[in-house]
Amino acid sequence: MDWFQSIDWVGLLKCFVVGGFICVIGQILIDKTKLTPARILVIFVTTGAILGGLGIYQYLVDFAGAGATVPLTGFGYNLAKGAIKSVKESGIIGAFTGGVTASAGGIAAAVFFGYIASLISKPKMKKE
Amino acid sequence: MKPLDSKNEYQNYVDKKSPNSPIFKNCFHAFLVGGLICSIGQIIMDFCKYRGISQEISGTIVSIILIGLSAFLTGLNMFNKIGKYAGAGSLIPITGFANSIVSPAMEYKSEGYVMGVGGKMFTVAGPVLVFGISTSILVGLVYLIFNTQTITLV
Repeated sequence: MDWFQSIDWVGLLKCFVVGGFICVIGQILIDKTKLTPARILVIFVTTGAILGGLGIYQYLVDFAGAGATVPLTGFGYNLAKGAIKSVKESGIIGAFTGGVTASAGGIAAAVFFGYIASLISKPKMKKE
Repeated sequence: MKPLDSKNEYQNYVDKKSPNSPIFKNCFHAFLVGGLICSIGQIIMDFCKYRGISQEISGTIVSIILIGLSAFLTGLNMFNKIGKYAGAGSLIPITGFANSIVSPAMEYKSEGYVMGVGGKMFTVAGPVLVFGISTSILVGLVYLIFNTQTITLV
């Protein structure tokens, strides 16, 4: 297990703390407000995209790595970052292509695996 | 008694009677599970970097693996057990996005594979994509117009 030694444990701890903390914010929103989970997800993605666009989220990503990119705010950050990168390269058309290009892998995986998983799923028990 | 008063009193009564919402416990669970999911992502990312894959591609690989994993766990009815314990801990990471695609699709499976599964997949994920992508376009346009190089350090 050579790669095991290459794990950055301090980085992992930072990632754990920041990732956990972002989830705590979500938990507080669930418990203290009447927002539905869908709205909370939308809020997180939008917030991430705005903070990403302002360049603030980049600091968090540099600090915490996956702790900042795995939560949905990171999805928004990725969209915004991609849009800005493409604008730099190809101007106005980049604003439309960049975001989705940057997160194409995630979106396509979600659609594909989502559909496959739904097909193989067992019918849900109507107990709850 | 004015209606508002009675409403407030009723709310007080409900607050007194209902068990204290265990917000600290919930937050602790969310912290643990959320942190754990992100750490799994970080380990995958470290592994990708160790294999010499670039930062951007590594991030995509992490997303794909976590999304695939949680999609199948949802399909096997295991994700909602984790979700019950973790609350936002499994909702806020990208796993929650995959879960939000699969669970309505499963529920409407009886309505057919095109409009049932294919259509209902996006009941929650649709808004997320709409707002996420729209915001990214706006961010790009704002960047283009104001050339916010000084504030935008991305």
